[in-house]
Amino acid sequence: MSDNTKVWEVFIQSKNGLAHKHVGNLHAPDKEMALQNARDLYTRRNEGSCIWVVKAEHIISSESEDGEAFFDPSNDKIYRHPTFYTLPKGSKYI
Amino acid sequence: MNEQKFQEKIDLERKIEPKDWMPEEYRSHLIRQISQHAHSEIIGMQPEGNWISRAPSLRAKMILLAKVQDEAGHGLYLYSACETLGISREELVQQLHDGKAKYSSIFNYPTLSWADMGAVGWLVDGAAIVNQVSLQRTSYGPYSRGMVKICKEESFHQRQGYEIMAEMAKGTPEQKEMAQDALNRFWWPSIMMFGPQDSDSPRTGNAMKWKIKRQFNDELRQKFIDQTVGQVKVIGLEIPDPDLKWNEERGHYDFGKMNWDEFWSVVNGNGPCNIQRLDHHKKAHSEGEWVRKAARSYSNKQEIINA
Ligand SMILES: [Fe+2]
Ligand SMILES: [Fe+2]
Repeated sequence: MSDNTKVWEVFIQSKNGLAHKHVGNLHAPDKEMALQNARDLYTRRNEGSCIWVVKAEHIISSESEDGEAFFDPSNDKIYRHPTFYTLPKGSKYI
Repeated sequence: MNEQKFQEKIDLERKIEPKDWMPEEYRSHLIRQISQHAHSEIIGMQPEGNWISRAPSLRAKMILLAKVQDEAGHGLYLYSACETLGISREELVQQLHDGKAKYSSIFNYPTLSWADMGAVGWLVDGAAIVNQVSLQRTSYGPYSRGMVKICKEESFHQRQGYEIMAEMAKGTPEQKEMAQDALNRFWWPSIMMFGPQDSDSPRTGNAMKWKIKRQFNDELRQKFIDQTVGQVKVIGLEIPDPDLKWNEERGHYDFGKMNWDEFWSVVNGNGPCNIQRLDHHKKAHSEGEWVRKAARSYSNKQEIINA
C-alpha cells in the first residue's frame, strides 16, 4: 500500500427496519476511520440509523451494459407474477 | 458503431455508467469538468473559512461552520464521481497543484468584511445552485447522482447568505454600506461564474450533444439574474449595473456588458488571491502528510495482526 487510497463503499439504513442502501464511497486507511468518515460525509442531516462500509475491492458486480443475457433466465417466467393468474369472479382477499 | 449506440442511449435520456463504453473525448471532458467542480468546492472553503473565527455570534459561527463542512463533502462526492472515470485522487490533487486543473475563478476574490459571507452564500452559492440544478440531468450517472445530493444540501447555503445580507441591509448606515459594498464587488464575478457567452464558448458543441451540459451558459445566467433582482429589491440594496432593466418583450431583465478581460485575467492567475489559495491548499496538504502516513502504517499493522 503506497498511499492512502483504499476505497470503501458506504451503505446506510435510513430507519430501523429498512434495508441498507448504497449512498456513495470514500477513501480511508482502515475500517474505523472509514466508519467515522462515512458518518461525517453521508449523515450530516440524520440520514441514517446504521452504516455499513465495505471495501470496494470486495464488491463483485455484473455488467451494467449488454448484461441482459445475465437476466434471461427470469425474463420468460411471467407466472412468477400474481397478475398472471385468472381468478373466479367474486373471489376476494386473494 | 459504438459511438452510434452511445449517442442513441444519450438521446433516449439513459444514463452512462462507469463501465459503459464512452468516447475518449466524453471521458476527458467529464474529467476536466468534474474535477474543476470538485476543486471549486474545496478551494471555495477558504474565503469563508477566513471568517469562521470572527463570526459575529455563536449562531453565525455554527451556521458558517456547517456550511463550510458541507462544501468539503461536496468536494469529496465529486472527487468520487471523477475517480469512476479512471483517474486517481492523487492525480486530481496533483493537477490542481500544477495549475493544470482549474477551479471557479470567483474564489480568487478576497472576503473583506462579514457582509461578504452574505454575498458569497447568497450570490455565489445562488449561481452555483442554478448551474447544479441543471446538471442533475447530466448524462453521466455518477455526476448526476452527485448533483442531486449536492442540490439538497445547497438550499440552506443560499438562505443563510441572504439572511446575513438582509440583516446588515437593515442595520446601521455603516452596516448597510458594507452590504452594498459586498454586493458591488460580488455581483459581476457571480454572473460571470456561468462562463463565457455561448457565442464565445468553443467547447459547448459536444457537451450539449452528449448532454453533459443541459442548458447554455447564457440561459442559466439569465435565470439567475431574473430570480435575484427581486431579492435585491426586497432588502433595499442596488445592483451595480446601470443598464439593468426589465424587458417586457423578452420577459427577462436586460443587463450590462460583462468585463471578460478581467474574467480571463483572473482565470489565468492574475486575480487578487490566486497564489494565496493554491499555496494554502499545498501547505495544508503537505502538513497533513504525517497524519496520512501514521494512519497508513497503523492500517498496515492491523492487516498483519489480523492476517
Ligand atoms: Fe457546494
Ligand atoms: Fe454551497
